[in-house]
Amino acid sequence: MENYLSLFTEYNIPAAFWVNIQLTFWAAIGAMVLGTILAMMRISPVRSFVTFGAGYVNIIRNTPLTIILLFGVLALYNQLGFTLAADFNQNFFNLAVMGLAIYHAAFVCEAIRSGVNTVPVGQAEAARAIGLSFLPAAREVILPQALRGSIVPLGNVLIALIKNSTVAAVSSVAIEASSVMKTMLEFRGDMIIPIFATFAVGFVIIIIPVGLLTTWLSKKLAVAR
Amino acid sequence: MSASVLFDTPGPKAKQRILLINIIGTLLIVGLLYLVISGLAAKGQMDGSLWASLFTSNAWVNFLLPGLLNTLKAAGLGIVLSVAFGLIFGMGLLAEIKALRWFSTVVVEFFRAVPVLLMIVFFNILLSRTGVVDGTDAPYWAVVISLMLYNGSVVAELVRSGVRNLPKGQREAGIAIGLTGTQSLRLIEIPQALVAMLPALIGQFVVILKDSALGYIIGFTEFLFYARTFASANGNMLQALLVAAAVFILINFALSKLAEFVSRRLSSRMPNEKPAAPEADALLPLAVPPGDGTK
Repeated sequence: MENYLSLFTEYNIPAAFWVNIQLTFWAAIGAMVLGTILAMMRISPVRSFVTFGAGYVNIIRNTPLTIILLFGVLALYNQLGFTLAADFNQNFFNLAVMGLAIYHAAFVCEAIRSGVNTVPVGQAEAARAIGLSFLPAAREVILPQALRGSIVPLGNVLIALIKNSTVAAVSSVAIEASSVMKTMLEFRGDMIIPIFATFAVGFVIIIIPVGLLTTWLSKKLAVAR
Repeated sequence: MSASVLFDTPGPKAKQRILLINIIGTLLIVGLLYLVISGLAAKGQMDGSLWASLFTSNAWVNFLLPGLLNTLKAAGLGIVLSVAFGLIFGMGLLAEIKALRWFSTVVVEFFRAVPVLLMIVFFNILLSRTGVVDGTDAPYWAVVISLMLYNGSVVAELVRSGVRNLPKGQREAGIAIGLTGTQSLRLIEIPQALVAMLPALIGQFVVILKDSALGYIIGFTEFLFYARTFASANGNMLQALLVAAAVFILINFALSKLAEFVSRRLSSRMPNEKPAAPEADALLPLAVPPGDGTK
């Protein structure tokens, strides 16, 4: 037991998780903004926007996240000298956030689009029939229903993002959970299984409330049809 | 997209406006691409030599193909094992014995919540320390086991929701002809659920292939690893990563198309019943099912 507790004094495990939470927070904002723009492009009646949005989603969704994050460090930074911050470590952090946001934006886009798809066409027809023009119809009738329909898929994207923030290890973000766990496993060979269990349970503790919250929200806000 | 929820069928005036926006949009997008490419060219990244070295037989025979082979080996074995794992634990989730159901739920929920990378790092060190497998093989097995545990859990959920979505009469009929609950599950319900979940299952294969690239981090000699080794010798990392991404995109795109094709075939085979495809969206945190919504 004492042996196990010494892990916490030797290594700062909460700090490692805190880095992952920060990565997730900023990347979630970026992915949400980019994903919403992409979704608007994909559901617009303009051909070129639809093609661009579909192209982005299909390319990014089929690329391993490892390549996207590696690209930021090895191609953009090493080869092109592209930086996002003057500070050495902050730069890697920002590059990781950018890669995570670019990758998950594709999934946010699809989540929002699937929300719009849950709205029956009759709703729009009814809105027009009572004389609402495009913007009022979108604002009052369609978007409120579409947003509620996309809560569950958006929650799933957030959960995936939390887990994928560990991949930031390839962007040289050194003190996030998977890198810290790796160091600990290498130096404390006597405690391999307890170390893994600690980190695994840490993620379970972070992820379960998010899952419960999205389920609760989607039930509370469900559109009765 | 004939009947969109958001937009009425455009009239002549709206059509003109849409055409105008379309032209501006095309110009914007082409302009953006031009900026990126000319920016790269200004840094000398579009030099023919940087790209040409990636398309020589040396690059492919000695680096990229052996790497791709390892990636496909890990992903292929990962696919087979996750389907087996998913079937076993999917049946566990549906078992009549409460303890078995609880055990399966805990296992499935646990492995779905733990990041795959954590599992890969853990198994790599565990396997090489305990010497269960040869030290050089440890990364390969770490990747395969982790892919099996995570994706197998997702498949187990697919099996469960596939069976749940079957008409109730299927099980009732099975019981009526004297099968036990387990027999009805094994002989009647799961075969039908498997057919219905096939598109979502193929979508999961895309996730497996993508996640196999995580092996790069623990030094598994897969596609990305070789691409990087080759590129550091030739100073064309950017180009090599783009080619590596293109290969992944091509394979995954083919898999997605296959899933779409299967899903179309299934819906035409079952004219009266919509194939009870499980709500893949709610189940696959990493994969929005291919071709959803673009009917």
